[in-house]
Amino acid sequence: MAETTLSAPAKPAPNSNRPGTAALLLNNTLATSGLAVLLAICLIALAAPILPLPDPDVTAPANRLLPVFSEGHLLGTDHLGRDLLSRLIWGTRVSLAVGLSATAIAAFFGSLLGLVAGYAGGRTDAVIMRGIDMVMAFPYILLALAIVAVLGPGLLNALYAIALVNIPFFARNIRGITLGLSRREFVDAARLSGKSPVQILFLEILPNVLPVIVITMSTTIGWMILETAGLSFLGLGAQPPQADLGSMLGEGRKILFTAPHVSIIPGLMIFALVMSINLFGDGVRDILDPRLRAGSLTRPVSRTAVERDCTSVPQPSSEDGVLDVRGMRTEFQIGSSVYKAVGGVDLHLKQGECLGIVGESGSGKSVTAMSIMGLVPTPPGRISGGAAYLEGEDLFAASNRRIKDLRGGTVAYVFQDPLSTLHPLFTVGDQLKEAISTHQPLSGKALTDKAVELLTLVRIPNAKERLSAYPHELSGGMRQRVCIAMALANDAKVLIADEPTTALDVTVQSQVLTLMNGLRREKNTAVLFITHDFGVVSALCDRVAVMYAGKIVETGTTEDVLSNPRHPYTAKLIDCVPVLGQPERRVDAIEGRPPVVNNLPDGCAFAARCPRARAACRRGEIELEMTTGDSGVRCLFPLGKGEDA
Amino acid sequence: MAGYIAKRLLAAIPVLFGLTIIVFLIMAMIPGDPATAILGSYATPENVAKLNKDLGLDKTLVEQYLIWIGNLFEGDLGRSYTLNRPVLDEVLERFSATLILAGTALVLCSILGLIAGIISAVRQYGWADKAITLLVLIGISTPSFWLGLLLILVFAVNLKLFPVSGMYAIYGGGDLPDLLHHLALPAFTLSVVATGVIARLTRTAMLEVLRQDYIRTARAKGLSERKVIYKHAFKSALVSIIPVIGIQAGFVIGGAVYIETVFQWPGIGSMLVKAISTRDLLLVQGGVLVVAAAYVLFNLLADVVQTLLDPRLR
Amino acid sequence: MNQQSPPGTGGAPLLAMTDIERVFGGERKLFGGHNPAVHAVQGVSLDVKRGETLGVVGESGCGKSTLARLVTGLDHPTAGTITFEGQDLGALSRKDRKALASKVQYVFQDPVASLNPRKTIRSILEAPLKHLTRLDADGREKRLADMLQAVNLSPEFLERYPHEFSGGQAQRIGIARALAAKPELIVLDEPVSALDVSVQAQVLNLLDDLKAQFGLTYIFISHDLSVVESVSDRVAVMYFGRLAEVGPAREVFRAPLHPYTDLLMRSAPAPGRHNLMSEDAAAELPDPYNPPKGCAFAARCGQATSLCLAEKPAPDAAKGTDDAHFAACHHPLAPAEAVKANVAPDTT
Repeated sequence: MAETTLSAPAKPAPNSNRPGTAALLLNNTLATSGLAVLLAICLIALAAPILPLPDPDVTAPANRLLPVFSEGHLLGTDHLGRDLLSRLIWGTRVSLAVGLSATAIAAFFGSLLGLVAGYAGGRTDAVIMRGIDMVMAFPYILLALAIVAVLGPGLLNALYAIALVNIPFFARNIRGITLGLSRREFVDAARLSGKSPVQILFLEILPNVLPVIVITMSTTIGWMILETAGLSFLGLGAQPPQADLGSMLGEGRKILFTAPHVSIIPGLMIFALVMSINLFGDGVRDILDPRLRAGSLTRPVSRTAVERDCTSVPQPSSEDGVLDVRGMRTEFQIGSSVYKAVGGVDLHLKQGECLGIVGESGSGKSVTAMSIMGLVPTPPGRISGGAAYLEGEDLFAASNRRIKDLRGGTVAYVFQDPLSTLHPLFTVGDQLKEAISTHQPLSGKALTDKAVELLTLVRIPNAKERLSAYPHELSGGMRQRVCIAMALANDAKVLIADEPTTALDVTVQSQVLTLMNGLRREKNTAVLFITHDFGVVSALCDRVAVMYAGKIVETGTTEDVLSNPRHPYTAKLIDCVPVLGQPERRVDAIEGRPPVVNNLPDGCAFAARCPRARAACRRGEIELEMTTGDSGVRCLFPLGKGEDA
Repeated sequence: MAGYIAKRLLAAIPVLFGLTIIVFLIMAMIPGDPATAILGSYATPENVAKLNKDLGLDKTLVEQYLIWIGNLFEGDLGRSYTLNRPVLDEVLERFSATLILAGTALVLCSILGLIAGIISAVRQYGWADKAITLLVLIGISTPSFWLGLLLILVFAVNLKLFPVSGMYAIYGGGDLPDLLHHLALPAFTLSVVATGVIARLTRTAMLEVLRQDYIRTARAKGLSERKVIYKHAFKSALVSIIPVIGIQAGFVIGGAVYIETVFQWPGIGSMLVKAISTRDLLLVQGGVLVVAAAYVLFNLLADVVQTLLDPRLR
Repeated sequence: MNQQSPPGTGGAPLLAMTDIERVFGGERKLFGGHNPAVHAVQGVSLDVKRGETLGVVGESGCGKSTLARLVTGLDHPTAGTITFEGQDLGALSRKDRKALASKVQYVFQDPVASLNPRKTIRSILEAPLKHLTRLDADGREKRLADMLQAVNLSPEFLERYPHEFSGGQAQRIGIARALAAKPELIVLDEPVSALDVSVQAQVLNLLDDLKAQFGLTYIFISHDLSVVESVSDRVAVMYFGRLAEVGPAREVFRAPLHPYTDLLMRSAPAPGRHNLMSEDAAAELPDPYNPPKGCAFAARCGQATSLCLAEKPAPDAAKGTDDAHFAACHHPLAPAEAVKANVAPDTT
């Protein structure tokens, strides 16, 4: 048993990756300035009673419509001679209070409805949501107007109206999240732990929903302040002599041409208030939304950035072949740490040959495949060294245009999950034809014929009718056949397949593997086949390369490596898979876990898990020692023939 | 597809009925006695009772509703007591003015929003993105009624480029150029917030889509970046943007209430505000009902367009 | 990994399913008619004996996960009965939700998704102790320590949050949670499918140890034939919501009766195996909304006759050499016919 797990999990790198919430917020200048302005406004509004301000409601007809910067009236006076500064501060107080209360009311009732509807499901959900839909069928402000019409104008009524029309908004949002969460496995687990539905809803689900409620509040509060101000502006909210910002604006409007400052000033205040709330709210959202937090909403560019030292680009190897990868390094920059996903990989692929790359998750096998044609997303990825020669041409030095021409033409890809890799909104035929016409001057009937021919080639029954099918109308196996057809559209010389059968059922997998094996021989295509499964390698590959922690640790012909593994990792990896027909075989686990590639140890990355490791294994760089032309191992003390790891 | 549209239309019928019930109930919930409200507080009890009977208010709520909906089907929404004309005539006349204003604003915000959003996504973190992001934030933080006032001050009063208010010039107006001249400021003002919302959403939707696996497939096929962005990514993004445009239609129609008041546009919004302050409840009822029905139909249209784009929804 | 001791034979089975069925959809619509219905599980009768490991194997959509949810009471059959120690499961869970949970527990496929991201490991593991046992605070503390020890996790993990763990560690926590209230039966729903192969082996070995240590009974659900073979005493092969074949693991894999079992075995890639058996056409599952009248596998089956197309075979239509070995097939494979090809050459 793996005793190594008894030790604590690798502690997340001390706060360089996951800065605290407050720190993140302060890093965001816009959000911080929003927060500062908001705090200033709130403090002043709160302090209104103790500030030396004239009474906001005392009229002084003699002093009416004084301009800004008048003596004793910093912002001037309105048409009744009331001090504008004082009214502004008191008005802000009212607007803030109304906006906050409306948000709180809407958030509370809306979230409650949403939580209950989403968790209860079935009839309860249907009834609540139909009601919500009905309310949402009204244009928002119109409903508020209707409610005010019923209740009569007044600040409190405006508050109720605005809160009420926002309840559906919260309810819908929260219901969606709750629904998703209640289908999650941890909710089932809680049920099996004996928790009651109420406990599950409020103790298990609510904590996960809270960030969404906060996000929704932060995005609606500014809006609610605007809307209550709007109702007051129309004379339906605050009634004289009480003033909020909206009613001040409404009064000022009547004298817009003679004294514009009376309406401009409260408008500016509303703007400053709402803008600061929105800036702050955006900052909060960016932090609470995990997708944004990881920076993953960054747009990947069309090609992986190449940042290699041009003076030390490795030369192509002397052997001839279609694809020749030399010392390729690919890194990911996440926060301040650099993940060396691929740390110097050499690959060599001859015409018509199938090379399998085997490794566990995180070994860098997929990144290797994606790096060759620059399909690793940048940011955060970049190619930091080495070269990939396609028939002698350095791909990392080629122009974008050249790469575009080669992609799908000379080098084609098949990816893992055929549902997500086909565009859901275009028919299979459209996507296939697009793949053809991008590289061949075909159109019209010739193009359709070629598409049908390709679908027939991958043994899709009724090929002609299937052209007009959408991906979701096909089964997983059929979709993957379509992907293969697309990859074969332009007689690629190199086919790179990244776990193309992992998402498929075992019987479908064997169909697809048999198909691929037949086609690659028929077309004499070189295949780079990425997989985690030695069984799949056996079925398809001539040679195999085993990857661990971003490096190839062993390579050779499939037979050799499988029957006579020399690297302890390879041997153990083969041993830990149960084999059909050998139920007695004791499955031999590899202790511990692979290292994280942002913090690789010196020497052999496998040393920590290797029973044969000695002191020498933990020092310096260990080379991939090639024994014959095809086979090599990156190990100081490789296994002999028939030796157990 | 035709079947789907028919099904959606059928499904809209209960929603429309639901609308009538809500509108009716809201009006029935009015505290106090409508007759007293109409006749004023000095009315004699006899007069109040008589009016109640005339208005059918002595019947049960269900009976009242059935009578009301029956009349509705005959195009009778009652009579506005302040204007002394049939509610329907007034509402329809006003509604066409609102439709011109809100429709223009909606087209404007959809186009501007989409363009801004795409530029923002494609040039992520570039200066264009930053400028658009800031403008969008300013746009959605500005009270539209205040912006309207500012625009009137600057462009109508000071620069005299546009008329201050109204829909047509009082003398010698009435043709299309005149209408457009009057329309420019209010339509722009009305579209600002919705433009911001749509631009924001378009940016997020595009960024989200550009990370999908099928975009990688498109690139692996050797498509040009132009095709990847404007064909593959944009179509997917549009699927999530269309319903938001539907929702924005509601905000634009609602926002028209302010803008019509500020620019004295003879639409349904300014009518409603006036009707509420004069407690002309039949007019409020008719106005709300017509606008809500139009909104429901518009959202139906948005739904259909979305379904046309996305075969998975069929 | 096999339990060499013969499973506790004789006496009543621990768990018995009789002709259970689970239909999704099919509700009355608002305006007449019915929504389309899918039979996720149909006509399944299966016993689980105390102390054995029953492997359930099948491809996606065969109903194996639905079966798991039915057994644990997370879902209820639309027809048929499930009894646990002779008590009706439905009645049991209606009477006392917790009674069932303290006897039957579940280990989930996705170890990370089965842990609430906002709870510490302590509060996750304490929940079953609080709700399902009568332990006091000290007793719970002691039991927590025991459980962590049993699954090889360090006590300092207790105050951490799920995101700090790898898949393998998270699955150990999931197993510890299932063990907490000392259940008798644990349903393992693809417990190692989401894990890397090296970690997979660790977890399989752990499960094996725990079973011996606590005298547990397992229902082990997986799509991976070789994993099922290595852990199971008995195996049930499911196809399209029904049982295709049931029998002692040894027998089923040595001499499969059902052509589907045979196809599964020949399709499974294994190191050192070059020729995968593959159906010629792109044969796939029938449409669940329009299920075939006869045997669901007939369309893909080389042996299918008109009888297969017309009539569903009974679950015990075919019998193997072992008394407990049945298959739902009109034309079972002769023992000699199957399988020579399956035995993988020894690669070491």
